[in-house]
Amino acid sequence: MSGAVTPPQGTPKLRIRGLRKAFGSKQVLDGIDLDVASGTSMVVIGGSGSGKSVLLRCILGLIEPDAGSIEVDGVDVLRLRRREREAVNRRIGMLFQNGALFDSLTVWENVAFGLMARRQINRRDAREKAGDVLRQVGLDPSVGLLSPSELSGGMQKRVGLARAIAAQPEILFFDEPTTGLDPIMGAVIDGLIVECVRTLGSTAIAITHDMASATRIGDAAAMLYRGRLVWQGPAASLLESGNPLVDQFTHGRREGPISMELRR
Amino acid sequence: MSGVLSLVASLGAIVLGFVRAAGSLALFALAAVSHLFRPPFYWRNFLSAFVEFAYFSLPVVALTALFSGGVIALQSYTGFARYNAQSAIAGIVVLSVVRELGPVLAGLIVAGRVGSAMAAEIGTMRVTDQIDALGTLSTNPMKYLVTPRLLAGTLALPLLVVVADILGVLGGFIVSVVKLGFSPNAYIANTFSVMQPIDVNVGLVKAAVFGFLIALMGCYNGYHSRGGAQGVGSATTASVVAASILVLAFDYMLTEMFFSR
Repeated sequence: MSGAVTPPQGTPKLRIRGLRKAFGSKQVLDGIDLDVASGTSMVVIGGSGSGKSVLLRCILGLIEPDAGSIEVDGVDVLRLRRREREAVNRRIGMLFQNGALFDSLTVWENVAFGLMARRQINRRDAREKAGDVLRQVGLDPSVGLLSPSELSGGMQKRVGLARAIAAQPEILFFDEPTTGLDPIMGAVIDGLIVECVRTLGSTAIAITHDMASATRIGDAAAMLYRGRLVWQGPAASLLESGNPLVDQFTHGRREGPISMELRR
Repeated sequence: MSGVLSLVASLGAIVLGFVRAAGSLALFALAAVSHLFRPPFYWRNFLSAFVEFAYFSLPVVALTALFSGGVIALQSYTGFARYNAQSAIAGIVVLSVVRELGPVLAGLIVAGRVGSAMAAEIGTMRVTDQIDALGTLSTNPMKYLVTPRLLAGTLALPLLVVVADILGVLGGFIVSVVKLGFSPNAYIANTFSVMQPIDVNVGLVKAAVFGFLIALMGCYNGYHSRGGAQGVGSATTASVVAASILVLAFDYMLTEMFFSR
């Protein structure tokens, strides 16, 4: 947790204000306001193309937003210099949708990549540490010698999770963590995510359109629709939010305000 | 009138597109080179790229050079025998190989073999989010992926060209001695009397420039690939085509710079 700054009491771990991003004439994010309290898990739901991934990539610094602010512990990361931004990113872990494991490296090198990149550890210790983290996500350390292409989809997700938590980040991001997995493996991955977040005491932000996953992972939830957050509330109330957009989405109904958009 | 205007507009769009692409490529190259002077440097990636460039390309470059040297000897003999100028063949072979064929053939072969593989690898990393993942793991993708490959290309191709030069001359020597009946000693003496240090040096400079360009085009096209498997395929093709054209264009420019009178 190096580089952490103690924020004033009551400051959200992550605060987003007026975030806007357009690609050409398409306004993907249209004024996002979002607070995520420290130590909680926020799930952002929304249909394909609603801007979920763009939101995540803006927070991670992979895409530069057109306007707005993104504060981590009260510091606007969009105004930081490159090195300062890199220091903030060291406190962040990310599980990508398809794992995004480096296929030219072995599993243990993937897991320990962040630690070695930060010069926190030599290769021998990194290998031992990777074994420990693999055990933490339910894999045998011997898996570390395999190549990512030799793993099943579920194992790749576990390795991706191991890589994300290896440096014990303060903030964890999950991009569609259960996509492509069968329901049982999805539940297993969700369970691991919840356990890792609780063990590390991290703040988590997950984007998903898997309702079972959303309710399992999230303390709070928000729905993104046409670049705006149209609803925020407890994740437990997702299935009975009273918001017609959320209700239609969470129950997968064909009729409703969203279907009109799909027909255009 | 409107037809003329639309033609001018199309030409303008093409020129603007070209200038934009050239600017983007130049900035990409500048950023990658600047990382050479800012630690950390990823030696493991450099060595892996260097082996890919120099070691695994060696057999095909060596065979191509050997046969090309032999072909030049045969073709020169056909032409020069008409004027009783067979003694010039050794000089023609060594100058052709050392100044032009060695660097250009090695460049074109490496562009097809290594440049394409580089574009495909980096392109796949782009479309599967591996490059974004590097960024989230405190690693600058440019520094990790591009800079080591550029340095490897720049240093490895001159080594390949040294081998190509030797084998190209050897190919000419074998054909001249075995098939055309030249005296081995006279052939070797002629070769060394014609070849000057500048011939070899310029060939090596060309090789370094070609190596840089091949790695640059492979990395640039891969890094900017979009749209899944099709995008990676397009990036691979574009890298080979662009690198091949650049090798030939820079070959002319460097020849003009060093040898024009």
